[in-house]
Amino acid sequence: MDKSSLESYENYYNRELSWIKFDERVLNEAKDKAYPLFERLKFLSITASNLDEFFMIRVASLEDMISAKYSKKDIAGMTPEEQLKEIYKETHNLVSMQYNTFNRSLLPELSQEGINFISCHEDLTKQQAEFVDKFFMEDVYPVLTPMAVDSSRPFPLIRNKTLNIGALLSKKNGDKEVEFATVQVPDVLPRIVIIPDENEKVTIILLEEIIEKNIEKLFLNYNVLCAHPFRIMRNADLTIDEDDAEDLLKEIEKQIKKRAWGEAIRLEVAEDIDKKLLKHLKSELSVNDSEIFKINGPLDLTFLMKMYSLSGFDHLRSEKFIPKENPRIPQGKDVFECIRKGDILLHHPYETFEPVVEFIRQAANDEKVLAIKQTLYRVSGNSPIIAALAKAAENGKQVSVLVELKARFDEENNIIWAKKLEKAGCHVIYGLVGLKTHSKITLVVRKEEEGIRRYVHLGTGNYNDSTAKLYTDIGLLTCSEPVGEDATAVFNMLSGYSEPMWWNRLSLAPLWLKDKFISLIERERDNAILGKEAKIIAKINSLCDKDVIMALYDAASHGVKIDLIVRGICCLKVGIKDISENITVRSIVGEFLEHSRIFYFENGGNSEVYCASADWMPRNLERRVEILYPIDDEKLKEEVIHILDVLLSDNIRASFMQKDGTYEKIDRRGKVSVCAHEVFKEEATEASKKTDTIKDDRVFIPRERIEVF
Amino acid sequence: MKCFAAIDVGSYELTMKIFEINSRGDIRQIDHIRHRIELGTDTYNMGKISHERVDELCNYLLEFKRIMNSYKVDDVKIYGTSAIRETENTLIILEQIKLRTGLTVNVLSNSEQRFLHYKAVASKGEKFETSVSKGSALIDIGGGSIQISIFSEGKLITTQNIRLGILRMREMLSDLQPKTKDYAKLVEELIDNHLYPFKNLYLKNVDIQNIIVVDDYISHIIQKAFSKDTVDAEEYKVFIKRFKEKSAIDLCKEYDLAQESASLIPTSALLLRRILKHTGAKRIWAPGVSLSDGIAYEYAENEKLVKNRHNFEEDIISCAINTAKRYDANDTRNQLVESIAMTLFDSTKKIHGMGNREKLILRIAAILNDCGKYMSLEEAAECSYTIIMATELIGLSHAERVVVANVVRFNKTHFVYFDDISKEETLTKSQYLTMAKLTAIFRLADGICRSYKKKIESINASVKDEMLNINVICDDDIVLEKGFYDRKAKLFEEVFSVKPVLKHKKKVMGI
Repeated sequence: MDKSSLESYENYYNRELSWIKFDERVLNEAKDKAYPLFERLKFLSITASNLDEFFMIRVASLEDMISAKYSKKDIAGMTPEEQLKEIYKETHNLVSMQYNTFNRSLLPELSQEGINFISCHEDLTKQQAEFVDKFFMEDVYPVLTPMAVDSSRPFPLIRNKTLNIGALLSKKNGDKEVEFATVQVPDVLPRIVIIPDENEKVTIILLEEIIEKNIEKLFLNYNVLCAHPFRIMRNADLTIDEDDAEDLLKEIEKQIKKRAWGEAIRLEVAEDIDKKLLKHLKSELSVNDSEIFKINGPLDLTFLMKMYSLSGFDHLRSEKFIPKENPRIPQGKDVFECIRKGDILLHHPYETFEPVVEFIRQAANDEKVLAIKQTLYRVSGNSPIIAALAKAAENGKQVSVLVELKARFDEENNIIWAKKLEKAGCHVIYGLVGLKTHSKITLVVRKEEEGIRRYVHLGTGNYNDSTAKLYTDIGLLTCSEPVGEDATAVFNMLSGYSEPMWWNRLSLAPLWLKDKFISLIERERDNAILGKEAKIIAKINSLCDKDVIMALYDAASHGVKIDLIVRGICCLKVGIKDISENITVRSIVGEFLEHSRIFYFENGGNSEVYCASADWMPRNLERRVEILYPIDDEKLKEEVIHILDVLLSDNIRASFMQKDGTYEKIDRRGKVSVCAHEVFKEEATEASKKTDTIKDDRVFIPRERIEVF
Repeated sequence: MKCFAAIDVGSYELTMKIFEINSRGDIRQIDHIRHRIELGTDTYNMGKISHERVDELCNYLLEFKRIMNSYKVDDVKIYGTSAIRETENTLIILEQIKLRTGLTVNVLSNSEQRFLHYKAVASKGEKFETSVSKGSALIDIGGGSIQISIFSEGKLITTQNIRLGILRMREMLSDLQPKTKDYAKLVEELIDNHLYPFKNLYLKNVDIQNIIVVDDYISHIIQKAFSKDTVDAEEYKVFIKRFKEKSAIDLCKEYDLAQESASLIPTSALLLRRILKHTGAKRIWAPGVSLSDGIAYEYAENEKLVKNRHNFEEDIISCAINTAKRYDANDTRNQLVESIAMTLFDSTKKIHGMGNREKLILRIAAILNDCGKYMSLEEAAECSYTIIMATELIGLSHAERVVVANVVRFNKTHFVYFDDISKEETLTKSQYLTMAKLTAIFRLADGICRSYKKKIESINASVKDEMLNINVICDDDIVLEKGFYDRKAKLFEEVFSVKPVLKHKKKVMGI
């Protein structure tokens, strides 16, 4: 297959449209009656927050390109205008699907479960109406700031993502002039308000309905002609020219404040909005028709996440899975001793993240530890890791932390704890100019009797103990010398020193990783040409790097069997004649967010398994510091291969990409149902039970494979 | 267990290696930090290192200090090489560094630097000994020059510095490169021009089997490509052919090398290939060592953590003997002077207080003392001095070489006192005193030797009552040179306040 035919536009999907398909798959989960009802609310809420982020980042960036007259075609040959047109078309479809799901299946089912959702205040009983009005006067009214617009008062700033109520008014004293007014639905109050119900049901009304009902009270001298909620989304892509920014920190703080001011790119209004009001909003916010979303239901479905936590109704939620202990590294044991016995693989969230926290916590208080070095990307608010690092610095250890300030939407949070660490005496590096540090690596240097020994944790996820309960990730704890040497080299590089003369085991983006991946793929291709068995399995979040896709096409066209597990965006097409007939793509969306990146290469029978922090996206491979690490230990390698096997046999949560780019679930008739998440939960539970039996024993009992077929 | 930091202030790079050395003498590298700083560019272009660079250097040394502290290192050794050595303001810079960082930078001469590389290789122990037990050439490829050391039967025969450094070659050819298609051919011609004389002079009687290569690029590529550090010459030649098809950048990627070194890889590869051709070696050994490894080994030696696996003194001696041979100065008389000098040195230990190292220097002086005659009988002493100063004696520091050259010179010429000699030589007072003591002993030895025509059977000496009694047993009569005492023994008395007295015993024949 020659290069040009692999390159042609028709062999690729546009990444934005592929992303919308991903959100549709999440929405499919909200429709799936196999889940308890509240779980489905959660999925719907996720589709909404996903879509918000998508607009703020991706749509905004396309808008920027258009205003900058940038017209380069994307991987699928679409100009920014063409993409935007398609995106608006597809997102309108997606939104109507969201509200169909909400109105036609979730609301009736909630009602069946005794949860009465009052969509408009006109439906309240007299008693309820009285309650609502009282609530308004006592709790809501004091925090409202209504703003009217006239010739002396300009159109007010409508903050990004906030919910507002727009109204048209006319003065009571006869003047016919229509004025516009707006009031923000305060985010300091809960949006879901539970009101009394004589039938002992739970009745819920949304805050904006309460305000709408009482809107005249805000404009006493006016007649309120109409009042409707609206919400806008603004351009929020944060682009910083680091070379110009004298102090990166200050610049980002500045950018956060600026963020709310971006240009509006989406306006959501109620379907039944008054035409005049809409016209007014449209011209003031300068949005065009395709950017207006008329919503049949409550705006901003993210409130459903709050509804998920409604007390009572435990039967409507999945039983919360408590991450299990890995028997190799039980609580209360010396972490270093456990690691010395052999590499340890942690599979989150099935296995607890605690050993990673404990690793740093023990290091902070261990006399023999000389230094702790870590990269931090997204950290939880009250992170025990930050506390342990600060403690370590206070204990006189050399603590170096690379804090990534460019983690999207988390900057404010990151700056706070970065300052906290600095105060404690840690050496804090605020990211690298021009690169985002996305790698997850921790190095503990320990002076032991036999000399310096390095302990390393490498991960595919973030050092965030909260997300580690929801995201599936693979972590490796090791004290292997070659990896330790590389880890030291990584931190030397991150501190601004030259690259090492060579790497032992790790591969780093942006300098080496892409070539490494390509050469691994090409090796499979060459093996296939030689008639050897050739196979690639890759599990990633996104696949949109053209060079990688071309290498995959090339390999597949020579007979390499390629199975891809791609949760989100996938620009690769399956089933192209003579190109990708050997490739399968599936996406697993379920209880946990598939986040680990795992790569399997057959290598002519001598298989190699890697894990990484990077996806196959240009931004990961070219503009970020990422680490790919091999799983060298034979037993652990088997474990990881087993993880891939189970994921590949999933027929409940997996959707398969079809030739036409749509995703479909498999027909399970005649097959045993396999849900990978459930299998892993069971396995982790089984394995953790063995902890007790081996606690006093120095012999390990290998985890048994659970047959999935 | 000792933790040791070796810092190399190189021409293009500042590097620090942290080592751990255990009581068994195992040296383990635990960190390697590199910062690119082109001190060489300043020195070579402007003669001086600029203020900004010194600033940068000091800042990084301070940073290194912090890293050293984090490893709790026991000791540190910092060596500067050619960029520091050749800058006009060396002393000022060293003082600035000292004041600002508290760190002392020692300056290495070329031969000292090469010796450390050599030590780094020798620290590989058995592998080194097996390799040099056959004819071997140790090729140390640097930026400015290469050092070729020839071994035969486990001993160092000669070591020569050839100005064929890879940076230098690149600079020399940089103007031509765009104009010619076959860059490789040009490089090869240049290499051959320099290698022919060397081959003719030194490789005639040696059968070179092994090449040991020390450098920053090729060694690594060999190790990476073959997953071992020894390759057959044929394998290497086949392997290098691939280089023609690949860009240097691709090679860097393939072998995970720093891209800044891309332009130097093809030149290094060609150089090694030409050396293989000229020597006819069968194997290449690339142990992958650097200056810092040598510094660590030297430290371990000094701390008595490693036993000398290899006898470096033998190398220096054999190198000196080979130099003497080249100037037809290795006759029996010379060997006699050497043995008398050694006897005198040993028997006067109490009064001179010098140790093994000084004894070695005296021995080298004795071996080389006559080499000037090759050039001029009239001014043999001055010529010997010049030859010694121009000969690389790997293993001797520059100061030691100055001592050797002056001992030889002042054996025959008027002894010059410190105030005067310090005008022409860079000897410290203590080095000067060593030189004076050794000259005194050597003059005496030379005088005794010259007093006999036949072979001396034995000689012993002892110090008693401020007298040095020297007993010589010989089959011959003593022919005391006229003015023996004034010319040969007076300096000894002056230096040690001990008067040498020569006692002659004729060998008793029969029973």
